Amino acid sequence: MALLQVDDMTHYFGGLRAVHNYSLQIEPGELRGLIGPNGAGKTTIFNLITGRYTPTEGEIRLDGTSLIGLKPYEIASLGLGRTFQNLRLWRHMTVLEHVKMARYSRLSYGLSGALFNTRKRREQEQDTAEEASRLLKRVGADQYADQVVTSLPYGAQRRVELARALAIEPKVLFLDEPTAGMNPEELRQIMEIIRAIHADLGLAIFLIEHRMRFVMELCEIIQTLDFGEVIAEGTPDEIRNDERVIDAYLGKDIEI
Amino acid sequence: MAVASQTLTTRWSSLRAWLARAWHPYRPVPLLGWLAAILVAVVIERAIGAPVARALGMSRVPALFGFIIMLKKPELLFSALLYVSLIYLLPIALVARFTVRPANRIAGELIGYSLTASFLIHLSVLYAALFLWSGENDYRELVAKLAMIAVITTLSLNVVNGYMGEFSCSHPGFMALGAYAASVITILLFVDDNLLGEALLPPELGPFMFPISLIIGGVVAAAGALMVAIPSFRTRGDYLAIISLAFMFIVKSLFENLEVFGGPRGLANQPDYASLTTIFLWTIASIWVINNFVRSTMGKALNAVRDGEMAADAMTVNTRRTKMTAFLFAAFWAGVAGGLLAHVIRYINPDTFGIRRLAEVLAMVYLGGLNAVAGSIVGGVGFVIMSEALRPLEILKWIMIPVLLILLMIFRPTGLIAFREFEPEKFLRPKVESNDQGKHPPQPVQAVGDRP
Repeated sequence: MALLQVDDMTHYFGGLRAVHNYSLQIEPGELRGLIGPNGAGKTTIFNLITGRYTPTEGEIRLDGTSLIGLKPYEIASLGLGRTFQNLRLWRHMTVLEHVKMARYSRLSYGLSGALFNTRKRREQEQDTAEEASRLLKRVGADQYADQVVTSLPYGAQRRVELARALAIEPKVLFLDEPTAGMNPEELRQIMEIIRAIHADLGLAIFLIEHRMRFVMELCEIIQTLDFGEVIAEGTPDEIRNDERVIDAYLGKDIEI
Repeated sequence: MAVASQTLTTRWSSLRAWLARAWHPYRPVPLLGWLAAILVAVVIERAIGAPVARALGMSRVPALFGFIIMLKKPELLFSALLYVSLIYLLPIALVARFTVRPANRIAGELIGYSLTASFLIHLSVLYAALFLWSGENDYRELVAKLAMIAVITTLSLNVVNGYMGEFSCSHPGFMALGAYAASVITILLFVDDNLLGEALLPPELGPFMFPISLIIGGVVAAAGALMVAIPSFRTRGDYLAIISLAFMFIVKSLFENLEVFGGPRGLANQPDYASLTTIFLWTIASIWVINNFVRSTMGKALNAVRDGEMAADAMTVNTRRTKMTAFLFAAFWAGVAGGLLAHVIRYINPDTFGIRRLAEVLAMVYLGGLNAVAGSIVGGVGFVIMSEALRPLEILKWIMIPVLLILLMIFRPTGLIAFREFEPEKFLRPKVESNDQGKHPPQPVQAVGDRP
């Protein structure tokens, strides 16, 4: 069985079928992409796997554990990290606090530690802070550590979000449009960072993207989604030349 | 018109420059220096306050920095101002200014010795000043007690309304639960009361049982909070506000209808256990514990939930448990504050914990500032002193205070001190002025290293 295995997942919003018979296998260290026109159901798939919604039908397993019915924070603790399409940073917290927060489930000092500032708590907070600085350095945002996120340039905010997702020590990392709204320079940076974390950590990455060039360059295998169904799956070259993909993006010629 | 506004702005900026110049010599004064200066001023007042007040034409020592006298007898305005300058401002300014060096040295050595010891010494000086100040008359003591209880209440509400970002209105309800629970225990056990019968235990045990009864009061309040939280935490925002408001009224009418506890007539005869020292210790404990909590990553999770619950969830934060813990924790402290209040005024009835109390607590939180422990301390103390100082205005007071709050909302919408972390250890450090540093290279730091 694959590291992340999704079998025949279907989801309805009321009477609307948002996702139909979706299947996915991600092996360790794989870099996969998910593309599709607007409204195809890409983010819904992310939200289903990460536990925001519970699928109407189907099975999801991470490392053999079924994720159906688990709460989002439980799924995250099992090793499924994610970023969001429109940044979801906490506007009153510093960059370092963001990354520390993602280590929440690993803190074991408990309520007594939090209330009475025990030695265990001080040690754990210290370790967490060091770990967080290390991750910030990895994404090149360590110079912002003590700043409030809202004062950061957009590209840096994206990198902070990435560091935060990495801090949960994910087995699989979901990136929801990591390049949305970025300028070419920021785009180049984020691409390098994604490549680097993929190579260094051997992390499995699954990403949604709109910029074709970015996906084609980065991913090994790409799924194309249209109206909640996978219409094509394959290497970048196969996808580029696939009739159905072209139709989905550009529309079909209709004989009148 | 333009000319007038320009002269006004230049005047304003020159005033600010003047203030900055006047403040300059005081910048290197460490907290210890200020506390010592305040202590000296209070000692001076206890020694010669009364004759000075009489010489200035006042019948006795002004109780609250002369505010009440100014409002009651405007003709004594200048005497009151003069008294405050002579007894408080001048000694404080002089002592603070001329003890800069020893104060910094002592502060440095203390912090080098041990943080805890430094803490305790600062607190003892503060306590000594407070004790002497409030020893002057009963009214001052009452104001000091009410101010400290207000700090506990404000802090605990800030955990929910500030840190967690919900608008909870049930705080007076939690205070009522704590107040009734603690009162029932102390009256039942240590007082011969018409309502609750004869004392069950010898009254000598009372002061030892008092902390326990307060804790029980807090736990009862937390149990009440659990009852609000279970149904209402599925909702957020306005709905939670309404449910918590309903809870406050339910608690109030519960006690109105419980004849065992005196019904609408309330409970009296609480023993006099809430001394200044007791309340001071509880206040310090609450500040310490709450500050520890909100500065930990577990406490910061509240901010994460407030600013983006979905992201918090995705970052392994158990959002429901986080909110629940904080809500119960806040209710616990509200219950403790209620128990203390009951033993200060030594009479409670359901009306004590009504909508007026709610307005007061909310005003203190929003005046002081959201998401800031220091803000809550300032808000609680400031509001109590303001509301006592404006007492001579009688009904006008309830116009003045809302007007002040409206002005605050316009000019500082988040409160006086908001979204700031409270780091007490930072205040304990000595402050060495830059030109002083040349002469004495970082002496206190060396002292740290020298100590084994």
